[in-house]
Amino acid sequence: MTTLRTNPQLGNLAQLGRPRSAGSRRIRERAILFSLWLATAFSVAVTATIIVVLAKETIGFFEFEEVTLGEFFGSLEWNPLLGAEKHFGIWPLVSGTLLIAAIAASFALPLGLIAAIYLSEYASPRVRATIKPALEILAGVPTVVYGFFALTAITPLLQRIDPELFGSYNALSAGLATGIMILPIVCSLSEDALRAVPRSLRDGAFALGGTRFDVSVKVVVPAALSGIVAAFLLAISRAVGETMIVALAAGGVAQVTANPAAEVQTMTAYMVQIFLGDAPAFGVEYKSSYAVAATLFVMTFVLTMIGQLVLRRFREEYD
Amino acid sequence: MSAERSIARRMLANRAFLALCLAATTAAMLILAVLLVSIFAQGWDGLSWSFMKSLPSRKAEKAGIWVALIGSLWVCAICALVALPLGVATALYLEEFARKSRLTRLIQTNIMNLAGVPSIVYGILGLTAFARMFGLFGTNRDEALTFGDPESLFFVRLPFGSSVLSGGLTLMLVILPIVIIATQEALRAVPSSLRSGALALGATPWQTAWGITLPAAVPGIMTGSILAMSRAIGESAPLLVLGGALFVSGAPDNLMSDFAILPLQIYNWASRPQESFHAIAASAIIVQLVALLLFNGIAVFIRQKLQKPLQ
Repeated sequence: MTTLRTNPQLGNLAQLGRPRSAGSRRIRERAILFSLWLATAFSVAVTATIIVVLAKETIGFFEFEEVTLGEFFGSLEWNPLLGAEKHFGIWPLVSGTLLIAAIAASFALPLGLIAAIYLSEYASPRVRATIKPALEILAGVPTVVYGFFALTAITPLLQRIDPELFGSYNALSAGLATGIMILPIVCSLSEDALRAVPRSLRDGAFALGGTRFDVSVKVVVPAALSGIVAAFLLAISRAVGETMIVALAAGGVAQVTANPAAEVQTMTAYMVQIFLGDAPAFGVEYKSSYAVAATLFVMTFVLTMIGQLVLRRFREEYD
Repeated sequence: MSAERSIARRMLANRAFLALCLAATTAAMLILAVLLVSIFAQGWDGLSWSFMKSLPSRKAEKAGIWVALIGSLWVCAICALVALPLGVATALYLEEFARKSRLTRLIQTNIMNLAGVPSIVYGILGLTAFARMFGLFGTNRDEALTFGDPESLFFVRLPFGSSVLSGGLTLMLVILPIVIIATQEALRAVPSSLRSGALALGATPWQTAWGITLPAAVPGIMTGSILAMSRAIGESAPLLVLGGALFVSGAPDNLMSDFAILPLQIYNWASRPQESFHAIAASAIIVQLVALLLFNGIAVFIRQKLQKPLQ
């Protein structure tokens, strides 16, 4: 150090800007870090605002005298817009939502998983390189397009099969279109999970004399199960929250039914009906949409949380 | 003998499963083909320059998508301008600066949850927070605070009402978690040796993040952001809640203008009973799909050309 100080040139260099810039640089860095922290806080604020807004408006809804908590969870009738006597039982909307999601899931989950196994375990790199981008395109198609497809292609097809059974709006058509919508999500997320399984596991199973089928179904799929289940849950929660397809193709009759040929109304479709219609912004019908939104939010929240839990708890670690 | 039979049986199972796999994948591809063919068959004839340039109309033959197309551009531009900086900043903080504490884990879980919230719920949030601003400025449109000349580009009104600004900000809420997650993944893929090298040369943590880590992650961030934007141009439910499906006569000329967007225009036409409106809905879908392909094409191009191996 002393030699540095005595050397006039080096001493000069050592002092060049150092004390001044260290201080101002620290302040600058603090300021930047603070703004990054603010951005992060924003995402927390979004969640908080969603919860507060939905809770406040839902409480407002239950303050109307024609609405009771018991009826909301106990009644099987939902007809806020028609008839002299209004009923606010959430179950018809929940049932419609679950019916659509069930049709979509029973179509898309097996198909998506099998396609994912094919892409990850059987397909040559060239086949993968053509199918993967096609799936990505399918994943990016706006949902209103699937709704249009349901209305102008699937429903007419169903009506040709059985004109008596299927009307111009039915749950099956909307459910199938929703299934097509979630298919790429199921397929590409499951494929990611399958490909994340280390190669050594496959090599070991092949060495023991397993066929490709044995290896993929008995070794790779179980090893990737947590990721596959998480993909399934994500896809189901997307189907539950899907709006435009059901608004176009499922119809508008809120009823508790498991009949896929019936017209159903989902929670999201009811919200569309309210926000598109002329319901006054302070009436009980209008406020009911917030209670429906809160129910929807809770349902998808639970699905996402279970998915997170499955990923964290049941992940098989091989490295 | 039994071993041989077992092998034969398992080989058969293998072949049967391969057939099943091929059938499933072919079915998925067939669906995509049928979807495209049915839409092109319905909408190809209606595509014309005048269809692109025409204003909305009550008659299907005269209606066009100009207003909705420009509205979509406005909304998406606002959405990108806000969501990208905000999302990248959040991801930078979480990946490069935040200590791995319980709070950080909670924030991470929260972002995962936000990604799973149905978009129509974001519409309700946008309606309350942006269009009405929680009723802070009164509930009537006449009570709104205004700044500047309503004709000028810089006109601002509080609350924002069902304007392009509200629409863009609402869409921003929808894609923000997607941008954050994609950016985080891109940052995580940057090898830590790059960071160590920069820090060892005396760079501060911020200089390292800004000058070394972030540039290395740019291809990943851009791919993720473009895919997020392709979600944004197709998203319609939240803007429907905001009131974007109403009849709008002209393209927006400032941030407070009413707006229409292409997906909602498609919804509007598809939900009418007349066949003639279904035909122009299909034509509008073709335009929408071309825009989507353009976005995806750019993303694939960036992924292939810009991604340099870092290890």
